[in-house]
Amino acid sequence: MTLAVFFGCAFIAFGPSFALFVFTIAREPLRVIILIAGAFFWLLSLLLSSLVWFIAIKASNSQDPSLQRGLLIFGVFFSVLLQEVFRFAYYRLLRKANEGLAAISDDDSSAISVRQMAYVAGLGFGIMSGAFSMINVLSDSLGPGTVGIFGDSQYYFITAALMTLALTLLHTFWGVVFFEGCEKSRWWVIAAVVSLHLLVAGLSLLNPLYEGSLPPVYVITLPTGVWAFFSSGGSLHSLSALCTRRKAEGESS
Amino acid sequence: MNTSDSEEDSYNERSALVQCESPTIPSYHQDHDMSLPQETDTKRGRPVSSGLDEPGLVERERAATPDGEEEELTLKYGAKHVIMLFIPVTLCMVVVVATIKSVSFYTEKTSQQLIYTPFKEDPNSVGQRLLYSLLNTIVMISVIVVMTIILVVLYKYRCYKFIHGWLILSSLMLLFWFSFMYLGEVFKTYNVAMDYPTLAMIIWNFGVVGMICIHWKGPLRLQQAYLIVISALMALIFIKYLPEWSAWVILAAISIYDLIAVLCPKGPLRMLVETAQERNEPIFPALIYSSAMVWMVGMADSNNPDSGEQHLFILFFFIIYKHFSNILVLFTKRGVKLGLGDFIFYSVLVGKAAANGGDWNTTLACFVAILIGLCLTLLLLAIFKKALPALPISITFGLVFYFSTDNLVRPFMDSLAAHQYYI
Repeated sequence: MTLAVFFGCAFIAFGPSFALFVFTIAREPLRVIILIAGAFFWLLSLLLSSLVWFIAIKASNSQDPSLQRGLLIFGVFFSVLLQEVFRFAYYRLLRKANEGLAAISDDDSSAISVRQMAYVAGLGFGIMSGAFSMINVLSDSLGPGTVGIFGDSQYYFITAALMTLALTLLHTFWGVVFFEGCEKSRWWVIAAVVSLHLLVAGLSLLNPLYEGSLPPVYVITLPTGVWAFFSSGGSLHSLSALCTRRKAEGESS
Repeated sequence: MNTSDSEEDSYNERSALVQCESPTIPSYHQDHDMSLPQETDTKRGRPVSSGLDEPGLVERERAATPDGEEEELTLKYGAKHVIMLFIPVTLCMVVVVATIKSVSFYTEKTSQQLIYTPFKEDPNSVGQRLLYSLLNTIVMISVIVVMTIILVVLYKYRCYKFIHGWLILSSLMLLFWFSFMYLGEVFKTYNVAMDYPTLAMIIWNFGVVGMICIHWKGPLRLQQAYLIVISALMALIFIKYLPEWSAWVILAAISIYDLIAVLCPKGPLRMLVETAQERNEPIFPALIYSSAMVWMVGMADSNNPDSGEQHLFILFFFIIYKHFSNILVLFTKRGVKLGLGDFIFYSVLVGKAAANGGDWNTTLACFVAILIGLCLTLLLLAIFKKALPALPISITFGLVFYFSTDNLVRPFMDSLAAHQYYI
């Protein structure tokens, strides 16, 4: 395990989210605050779900490994549900804050739209989720050791990084779609987000059979990204305008 | 870094005391009855708005804005000032965590303790350990209370020379002695061979530039950087010399003390703030971090790890530190000000979280909790518009998250990582 592994996995896992942060969030103080508050809400959901898991563990027989594994799987699904509950709670909080901001501003419109808040909140959830999954793994990768010496897979670090990346992006997309669904009161959207999250968590249970977990997760990530794009107001027309405008600018200069 | 900015921004000693840069009086309250005492209104004569303007803009129309606009300006620019405080707090924590993780000196426990925590914790007996940490906390808090009262008395009776002399002496100690110790430990960790003349040159330059920046004038960013470095050094010393359990109890006790000292009508820090407002002086320019302009001095705390004869110095400078560090946050015309003590205790909490075991999740959780606490405190500041204690909310969140992440989340995340399950 070398610096190469450390930097490679760190950039894979956190590169896109870092870029998103630097280019879209860092310059706007309000967005930074919403990001950190989103991270805080994710943390709260994790805290509560670990509390439930911990109580279950303490109440059960600690000698039985299959029971422990079962309880862990229960912990995973319960945590997913709790994360979505807290996402909804954060949505309600942001709506109230938005109304407050609009009420006290000059022209009755808030400085930030619900869609922007949705994106930032989703990214906050994603960054925190990624950080909690990946940081301990990264710090271990700096130290000495041989990966897979007891017969485990050799691809632990890279698959962890790829999975973290997928989850971060997924949280961002789910944030956008979820808030839009709540705004338009489309409850099927919310049900879809929750089931997708449960599906992704369930797929990760197939690890270390990485063929069963990583490609399907990425297959889910891409359409979710497209869905988020269209849900937040993008369209094929705006995409083509992006390309043609660039071409027009290139011609005129 | 252009110093022309700093000409406007930095205040020299004379202008800081003579010019009135009074903290704002709210002329309008949302739905709360708390207001500053009426006599300060009459003394001042004209209402000063609570707007937070851009750093560096000195001439700005202030007196004529009606209440509604004031309110709006406050909340509109509030986010910007929150970030302007997030950044230095984050930097201070990053410096402390980086040092703790790399330089093992600050996590090695010695038998030497500060004179303010006289009871030695016995790791074998839980009850006795708890009792001794409570006693240590009581001793430390009572010393703090006594000395803060002495400070307020000194300020009330205008013994400025004495206070300033003390400040200069302690910042000298901090900038030269502590940074020398720190540099020594860093060199030991990385096995860097350094000769004394070069070291003397480095420390001399660092210290002198620091003294000039802090007590006279200098570029804004440099002043802020020195502030951060000083707070980080102080926090590291606390992390090293406070016994384990005592440190946690002291953190909790000091946030309660902060609450009482700043909010109770007879609290020493509140009396300090009000006296400064009455005299139209900037509040203890010496120990406050301002997001817009910096006029700060860190308070020194000296500890010599090697020889016991330095206990006298320890006593002297520890007193200086404890009583001069303001642990409060307040709004002024030039932005938000946060006390140095706040930086230090936030960094102590995060540093202790980093020092215990190799778990980074706990450190990250405490970091986020403290930032959110700071955000909430600033929100309250925007609502109430008076000096508020900055420690209670953040430290409470930090402590709750530290203990729950360490005991509940860590086993959960470790099991998940072992099986590579993702939530």
